[in-house]
Amino acid sequence: MKSEVKDLGLRTERMTINMGPQHPATHGVLRIVLTLDGERVVAATPHVGYLHRGIEKIAENKTLHQVIPYTDRMDYLSPASNNIGLCLAVEKLIGLGITEKCRVMRVVACELARISSHLLWLATDALDIGAGTIYFYAFTEREKYYDMFEKMTGARFTLSYGRIGGLSCEWESGLEKEVLDLVEGTPACLDEIEKLLTRNRIWIERNQDVGVISGEEAVALGLSGPNLRASGVEWDIRKAYPYLGYERYKFEIPVGEHGDCYDRYLVRLEEMRQSIGIVRQALKEYDEKIPLFPQDDASAKYYYPPKEKVLTSMEELIHQFIVATESPKTPKHEEIYLAIEAPKGELGFHIVGSGTSVAHRLHFRSPSFVNLQGLPVMIKGDMLADVIATVASLDPVLGEVDR
Amino acid sequence: MADIILFSAIKIVVVLAVVMGGVAYTTLAERKVSAWLQDRLGPNRVGPFGLLQPIADGIKFFTKEDITPGRSYKPSYFLAPMATLIPALITFAVIPFGESVSLSGKDHRLLIAEGTGLGLVYLLAVSSLGVYGILLAGLSSNNKYSLLGALRSVNQVVSYEVALGLGLIPLAMTAGGFDIDAIVRAQKGGVWFVVPHFIAFIILLVALFAETNRLPFDLPEGESELVGGYHTEYSGMRFAMFFMGEYANMITASALLVLLFFGGWHLPFLNYGWFGPVLGGILSAIVFACKTAFFVFFFIWVRWTLPRFRYDQVMHMMWIRILPLGLAYILVTALFLYLRGPIK
Repeated sequence: MKSEVKDLGLRTERMTINMGPQHPATHGVLRIVLTLDGERVVAATPHVGYLHRGIEKIAENKTLHQVIPYTDRMDYLSPASNNIGLCLAVEKLIGLGITEKCRVMRVVACELARISSHLLWLATDALDIGAGTIYFYAFTEREKYYDMFEKMTGARFTLSYGRIGGLSCEWESGLEKEVLDLVEGTPACLDEIEKLLTRNRIWIERNQDVGVISGEEAVALGLSGPNLRASGVEWDIRKAYPYLGYERYKFEIPVGEHGDCYDRYLVRLEEMRQSIGIVRQALKEYDEKIPLFPQDDASAKYYYPPKEKVLTSMEELIHQFIVATESPKTPKHEEIYLAIEAPKGELGFHIVGSGTSVAHRLHFRSPSFVNLQGLPVMIKGDMLADVIATVASLDPVLGEVDR
Repeated sequence: MADIILFSAIKIVVVLAVVMGGVAYTTLAERKVSAWLQDRLGPNRVGPFGLLQPIADGIKFFTKEDITPGRSYKPSYFLAPMATLIPALITFAVIPFGESVSLSGKDHRLLIAEGTGLGLVYLLAVSSLGVYGILLAGLSSNNKYSLLGALRSVNQVVSYEVALGLGLIPLAMTAGGFDIDAIVRAQKGGVWFVVPHFIAFIILLVALFAETNRLPFDLPEGESELVGGYHTEYSGMRFAMFFMGEYANMITASALLVLLFFGGWHLPFLNYGWFGPVLGGILSAIVFACKTAFFVFFFIWVRWTLPRFRYDQVMHMMWIRILPLGLAYILVTALFLYLRGPIK
């Protein structure tokens, strides 16, 4: 086609177009510099850094407890998994255990975060491909999850739910039944959306064979999470390196075949359904009577005291003040890397101990940042409209990309 | 003579008023219907049920700052909104909107441009003019997104112009002329053309969706891809003119579908002669408006249900699928008419 044009003696020119940081479909402040030949993408360079807040540097000056609210603002669509991931890493570094109830509550919080994050992805993916109504259906459902987070933690968006050795608060009694009702209602919403999209001719044509990345390339570029699994690589940290007792739960890892946008869509939809199954299994193990924090004297140094005692007795008040202001001390020259399966992929925490309660170095391996590396590979040779579909299907959160 | 001029003037004023009112209220209908589809309420603050919203919008558009981007080519930049709105409005000249009205022993057709006999040809000609507004807007805005939107739009509209022609030819052949009135008359008392000409209906439906740049063919705007496409840089009343042009086109398209396939203002088992010369005409115009409103609703319904095509898929669909289908259908119609022999 191009050579024909050249044979006619016509001058063709490539166009460089700047997509973002202010563009309705770049999911925040992502900037992609595209070189176009007509509507075909010749080269794409993602530019990041428009939302850099230096969270990692700040974390070198804050006690570990004080870092937790900053993790809310990384992947702000699934704050619970960020908080809990950081707590897990710190607990492993200092060798701190948690109670069974706390473990179950954390699993539930992580999976609810996954479902709500994927619901938002579904909404924006559909919106970017032009199906505006799906957006509202998914958001209506997601709103119920935010209401639930509000009941669980007191906050809707930036939960700060994790505490080293536990969680910020107990569930009020009967909440586990409400959680169960909530997740049982979600498949109906997903089914409705699937009816509108999954076998829709336009949806298939817009997504199939668009933004393709092979399994090898995806592994080589470090992709993780649903984006990796859509390329046919069966890799889920919940199965590979189980944490929070995920090995006890029965769930499947949905895997795609082609590594295109359509497979990423199917994988995430199935993941939501699997998460619902995990929540259901976890809630069976929930026992209201177990305290959130261990109650024996030996562990009292690290854990929060029961809240009602804090409000009534002097000792516990002092104790809580100390735990909250002086986080547990990190062992000097010891380091740890712990990764969890966040909704977006492998969310890793690298902590280097300093001997004080402030970490010497705290690095976050954020999945969105690494997944974004795959974008130029995926969209090369595709059309301009495919760039939108691919970015949407990658599900990057810019707060996490830049940190 | 004087009464013809007077009656024509009345028709022009009434049609323009109804169409512009229709455009304003179609924007409200779009917002209400989309809200309804999305479990929302939609505009409900201005007036009862938000019925005064279009007026508030109009005031807003007039008072907004009119921004002109630097280094844009001013003459065509200012011309473009008008070049979009005017063709959209003047298509109504050939659209008949009811049964003839008899006043003081004289028959008046409810049609602005009477007696041309070439309504469909005029319609095709004028609807292709609409693309110039989009092209000028895209080229003179000095914005790459606008440029891409304009290029897409020109490709799309020019391609689907062919589909529009292909869909109209079988109807003209059956009715024996390019007069829209004749096509309506051919359906009177008989079967509506949507039944025998279902394939032509599908072709025209797709073509009209593409011509009006509505989703799933709204690539020239494609707000998630091209920000706003050709009208990215426009603001205030100039933007509103593009907006009005789009809705006017949608009303024209709906009216056309009603006239060509759904019996125009006719209803089965209903004769407007029963109601007397004047009332019958008015009643027929109301029936026509209701049918048109249904198709406007259909346009809105589709927009808020389907995702958007990609540019090459739209082209593929036109040149690989619709073109052979349309040509084949013309042949089939011709063969059928030849075998049936001339009527009467």
